[in-house]
Amino acid sequence: MDNRYDLNKNLAQMLKGGVIMDVSNPEQARIAEAAGACAVMALERIPADIRAAGGVSRMSDPKMIRSIQEAVSIPVMAKVRIGHICEAQILQAIEIDFIDESEVLSPADDVYHIDKTQFTVPFVCGAKDLGEALRRISEGAAMIRTKGEPGTGDVIQAVRHLRMIMSDIRRIQSMRQDELFQAAKALQVDVALVNYVHENGKLPVVNFAAGGVATPADAALMMQLGAEGVFVGSGIFKSGNPAKRAAAIVKAVTNYQDAKMLAELSEDLGEAMVGINEQEIKLLMAERGK
Amino acid sequence: MNIGVLALQGAFAEHLAALRKLGANGVEIRQRADFHAGLDGIILPGGESTVMGKLLRELELYAPIRDAIAAGMPVLSTCAGLILLAERAENNEKTYFALMDITVRRNAYGRQLGSFRTTTDIAGIGPYPMVFIRAPFISSVGPKAHVLATVDGHVVAARQQNMLATAFHPELTDDLRVHSYFINMIAQVNANCCQQQTA
Repeated sequence: MDNRYDLNKNLAQMLKGGVIMDVSNPEQARIAEAAGACAVMALERIPADIRAAGGVSRMSDPKMIRSIQEAVSIPVMAKVRIGHICEAQILQAIEIDFIDESEVLSPADDVYHIDKTQFTVPFVCGAKDLGEALRRISEGAAMIRTKGEPGTGDVIQAVRHLRMIMSDIRRIQSMRQDELFQAAKALQVDVALVNYVHENGKLPVVNFAAGGVATPADAALMMQLGAEGVFVGSGIFKSGNPAKRAAAIVKAVTNYQDAKMLAELSEDLGEAMVGINEQEIKLLMAERGK
Repeated sequence: MNIGVLALQGAFAEHLAALRKLGANGVEIRQRADFHAGLDGIILPGGESTVMGKLLRELELYAPIRDAIAAGMPVLSTCAGLILLAERAENNEKTYFALMDITVRRNAYGRQLGSFRTTTDIAGIGPYPMVFIRAPFISSVGPKAHVLATVDGHVVAARQQNMLATAFHPELTDDLRVHSYFINMIAQVNANCCQQQTA
């Protein structure tokens, strides 16, 4: 198991500096791969449509996920509902490369997350702060992402979560050794994980930004704030020119500190997704799963 | 010693950390201006070859790096980096620098469930812990290159003069011997070049 968990954390390391794109059919998957996506997230409806449609949203049809696995050579991820052990078993059976236990879908369990140590495929989970990130890691998550409000095109929540995680990390780093026990209690996690953060100044797994990223500037902002890569959901295929916007976001993540290049990349991208401001949202998906 | 590490996407930070431990200076290559004179070697890291291949072209790094390697600059390539170096690829997959006399099979071990760890001899190094992540292998080696390691009958490390390629990830273990081997390659090239200059 330990060996498998290390291999799974290693796969996340290979995704660093890259962009993972939501796609809902093989054609979009091929566009994403050609634009430079380092992985794709296969789902029937992208978050903006899930939000618009309402109702219960669930794991995608395995047949649709398989058609995307066949269409591209890069890793393919897919989402399961929080706590839905069986959906995760199904995705593992079709040899998915990464499972996202995601608040974007309707939660199946309002108390327990999936015990991810029981699986051989890797999981990525969302987190709003350090405690949430470390709790997911102790359940076996091999990668963490922020829980920015999906399908809104509004980056404010992803920014808030990433800033919170990074400032929590700095706080732990600056503590005296004897203060770490209390910190572990407050964060509701094992002190060993808190010690790791204290010594290394980072999470023990790769940390990506997700939710509301719609432009190259948004992606570069997340990288400057300390993300190791970016998920882009609705931002690409809800925009006027998906291929061009996708390619621009990929380059923005590689050269996130070069404002001159970011200016060029931001030119002529066509219509960005319209988006909704956070005050206008009725359903706050980030509140699902703690 | 200054060693460029291609930093377009993937696990480049791990290579930089390995170089730091060995006292070499790693330089991130993110755009054309980063690939300047004064680099003694280059590392092509793991990640996605499709992403790196595309960004190499678009950021105008392809020609200068290819020319430098063709002119003898030492290169260490791991996993996706190996794919970038290979002259031939199975299943009509794309080739990139196409400088090393090997044929590569992408995703040769399947999806993430096929990723594994094993310990095998590398010629000139000895038993070495190897981490394979959605890895390729070298399905055939032409006369210009030679085999350094095999796993289950498949070639996973090879060398051709200034080019060293591994299908596994030495940067993901604490074992620094592959990076030391590469630094020795650079030292030899530098020594030869100085001898020529004095002669």
